[in-house]
Amino acid sequence: MKALRNFLDKVKPSFEEGGEFHAFRSVFDGFETFLFVPNTTAKRGSHIHDCIDSKRAMSMVVIALIPALLFGMYNVGFQHYLVHGEDASFFAMFLYGFLAVLPKIVVSYLVGLGIEFVVAQWRGEEIQEGFLVSGMLIPMIVPVECPLWILAVATAFAVIFAKEVFGGTGYNFLNVALVTRAFLFFAYPTKMSGDAVWVSKNAMCCLGSENALVDGFTGATPLGQVATGASTVTDAIGSSMSPMDMIIGLYPGSIGETSVIAIAIGAIILLWTGIASWKTMLSVFVGGALTALMFNQIGANEVMNMPWYEHIFLGGFCFGAVFMATDPVTSPRVECGKYIYGFLIGFVAIVIRCLNPGYPEGMMLAILLMNIFAAVIDWCFVQHNISKRLKRVNN
Amino acid sequence: MSETIKIKKGLDINLKGKASEVYAKAQLPEVFSVRPDDFHGIKPKTVVKEGDQVKVGSVLFYDKANPDVKVVSPASGEVIEVKRGERRKVLNILIKSDGEFTSEAFAKSKPSSMSKDQVKEALSNAGFLAFIKQRPYDVVANPNEAPKAIFISGFDTAPLAPNYDFIMVGREEEFQLGVDALAAISGAKVHIGINIDNASKLYKKSKGVELHEFQGPHPAGNVGVQIHHVDPINKGEIVWTINAQDVAMIGKAFMTGAIDYSRSIVLAGSSVKAPAYYKMVYGASIANIVANNIEGDNVRYISGNPLTGTQIEADGFLGAFDSQVTVIPEGDKNNEFLGWIMPRLNKFSVSHSYFSWLFGSKEYEIDTNLNGGERAFIMSGEYDKVFPMDIYPEFLVKAILAKDIDKMEQLGIYEVAPEDFALCEFVCTSKIETQRIVREGLDFLRKELA
Repeated sequence: MKALRNFLDKVKPSFEEGGEFHAFRSVFDGFETFLFVPNTTAKRGSHIHDCIDSKRAMSMVVIALIPALLFGMYNVGFQHYLVHGEDASFFAMFLYGFLAVLPKIVVSYLVGLGIEFVVAQWRGEEIQEGFLVSGMLIPMIVPVECPLWILAVATAFAVIFAKEVFGGTGYNFLNVALVTRAFLFFAYPTKMSGDAVWVSKNAMCCLGSENALVDGFTGATPLGQVATGASTVTDAIGSSMSPMDMIIGLYPGSIGETSVIAIAIGAIILLWTGIASWKTMLSVFVGGALTALMFNQIGANEVMNMPWYEHIFLGGFCFGAVFMATDPVTSPRVECGKYIYGFLIGFVAIVIRCLNPGYPEGMMLAILLMNIFAAVIDWCFVQHNISKRLKRVNN
Repeated sequence: MSETIKIKKGLDINLKGKASEVYAKAQLPEVFSVRPDDFHGIKPKTVVKEGDQVKVGSVLFYDKANPDVKVVSPASGEVIEVKRGERRKVLNILIKSDGEFTSEAFAKSKPSSMSKDQVKEALSNAGFLAFIKQRPYDVVANPNEAPKAIFISGFDTAPLAPNYDFIMVGREEEFQLGVDALAAISGAKVHIGINIDNASKLYKKSKGVELHEFQGPHPAGNVGVQIHHVDPINKGEIVWTINAQDVAMIGKAFMTGAIDYSRSIVLAGSSVKAPAYYKMVYGASIANIVANNIEGDNVRYISGNPLTGTQIEADGFLGAFDSQVTVIPEGDKNNEFLGWIMPRLNKFSVSHSYFSWLFGSKEYEIDTNLNGGERAFIMSGEYDKVFPMDIYPEFLVKAILAKDIDKMEQLGIYEVAPEDFALCEFVCTSKIETQRIVREGLDFLRKELA
């Protein structure tokens, strides 16, 4: 480590003001603080500090995402072999999925971090870690067949227009990963929805199958099936699914969203470390379940008839509740506000599913909508505090 | 006494290097320093020059805005230097002590039998008025504006802080006279916050005071928290605050007829070989007490506690409002490899992303490293967990950053002092300097509304 430290110290001057590589200062800085905790000390104010920093907080979220990501990779391979009617080893399935998902992760990080580095250089600031999480979330919330160039365009759009124009990490009022998805969803609807995008059908790098698809193949997600009037949901080859199948998650969907178990592991990590707010997470589930029960009473279409637990198990509900709704930057900052925020996310998500036949899934729009209202929720609580203080004066 | 006030939010940081309850002996130093900046809010007009002979209680400078607020010499001897900085601002006044501590005249009497103006004059001449602070703004109090109450915190919950039960022992009479003097000049009620875990014998014997019992972690001992829970400050109201030792110091002058700025302090911290209590005088050089008593050569000396204190040199001076000197390791040469992802079993964090929650009562050695870079606000709810007032700390800090005077007022800035935000600064993932921001906010508001 000492040699590495010495090397960094040796090359550091050429990245500083006036050095030949000054244009790459932010990149150097990013790598240096990544490798070694900066030796900056407190100069005024508190002389001691808690050892958590934003790198730690962000990497906890990335760690929490890993089970869902690994399962997603496996599921991509599993679906591929399933629809071709072939058997393959666990390893082959995983490797196929790995090869299908890895380029998306690389593209997302390259584009997003590239923009972050440039902006940090331009502003003369340190690189902020926010995109470590967004860059991991983006590949996990898109269909496996989403073309890479579209993903790159959408990522660039989201990072620039949802985050950097407002000042960077901590100043964005919309969740960056969800803006990426919303951009894809509205700009390239055929690549983001329908029946053709959820299962990877082509062989790649000598892996996978070139056989014809099996009879009974349906590429639709379970929610997509229900939205088009199916009363029972099936997996990719038409066998019906039990609630246990939904929890395990071997069915077509966005890469990271299908397995309730993998997401639950992530949820436990996030709640235990305290990085995500349990208040938000719990209230999303409560809001979603109660709203689903309410629509059960109306029962005007198949979506409304879906039991509450299926609403929660299927689609992006769990993933959104655990990883997206709990983003601290776009949530209300007031603790009590998180109950309302979470509840309304669950409510709006189910309302969109039930009442809007065009969109089988409502989680993305629900979270984005509540991101916008988070400030209003805060305002109400802060205003209440202010009027309490005013009342004290008047008494 | 009213019922116990339970403080639930807060944090006790368990640091290594707690002092044992004994007084260690150290010779009082030769050099004393008085820093005008310690007395925040006054505009100093210096009245001494190099070579002047002074006694304990001789005026060094006074406040241009309130000439009654005088700051006096803590030692007798000769003024050896008036250090000036940019634009001839006085940085500090150095006094070489003759070792005698001869006092200026002070009439021995009972404040309760004197008129308000007589007491005020006596306190003013002895320099004691400069030790009374006021809220709003956390500045030296204006003696001509009557406060609605006086608050004294009878204990200190900050990390490694002195035990007031120990340092106030045997000072009942002095304390009582000090309380009488404060009541006489202000005409306001004197409130004392005491800790449920302390004996607080001295406070319980005091007359003419209202006691409030507090229970809970730091910052329960912060006077601002106590005011908030007993009688919160509204716009237009003033509350005076003063350290319990300074109350006894005032009383001692009335009792003995001599001005004596000595006080008990604690020397603590993980870099101190033998943490203990010392008898010191404000402004005294710490060189004698830290000599041969420090482990390691890369350490930081702090006058005050590690959360709110001021960095000083190894031969620096005890601040006017401090009863504590802390010495902890510097963190500027750690070169910690990939620290942000390591388990870091020896480091303390309130976050469960580390493992310090597993080792309940373990004592930690914390250095001065920031442990990360400064960022915008990212995590939410961190401040709320350590800020036991009905105030939204993050929104207040943001209002200050935006220089929005109306919002600052509405969100309760009149009740707070920078020290109340010290724990927020400690726990902050984004390493935001909340104490500096609040200080600047208070100064800005005071200037704008003057």
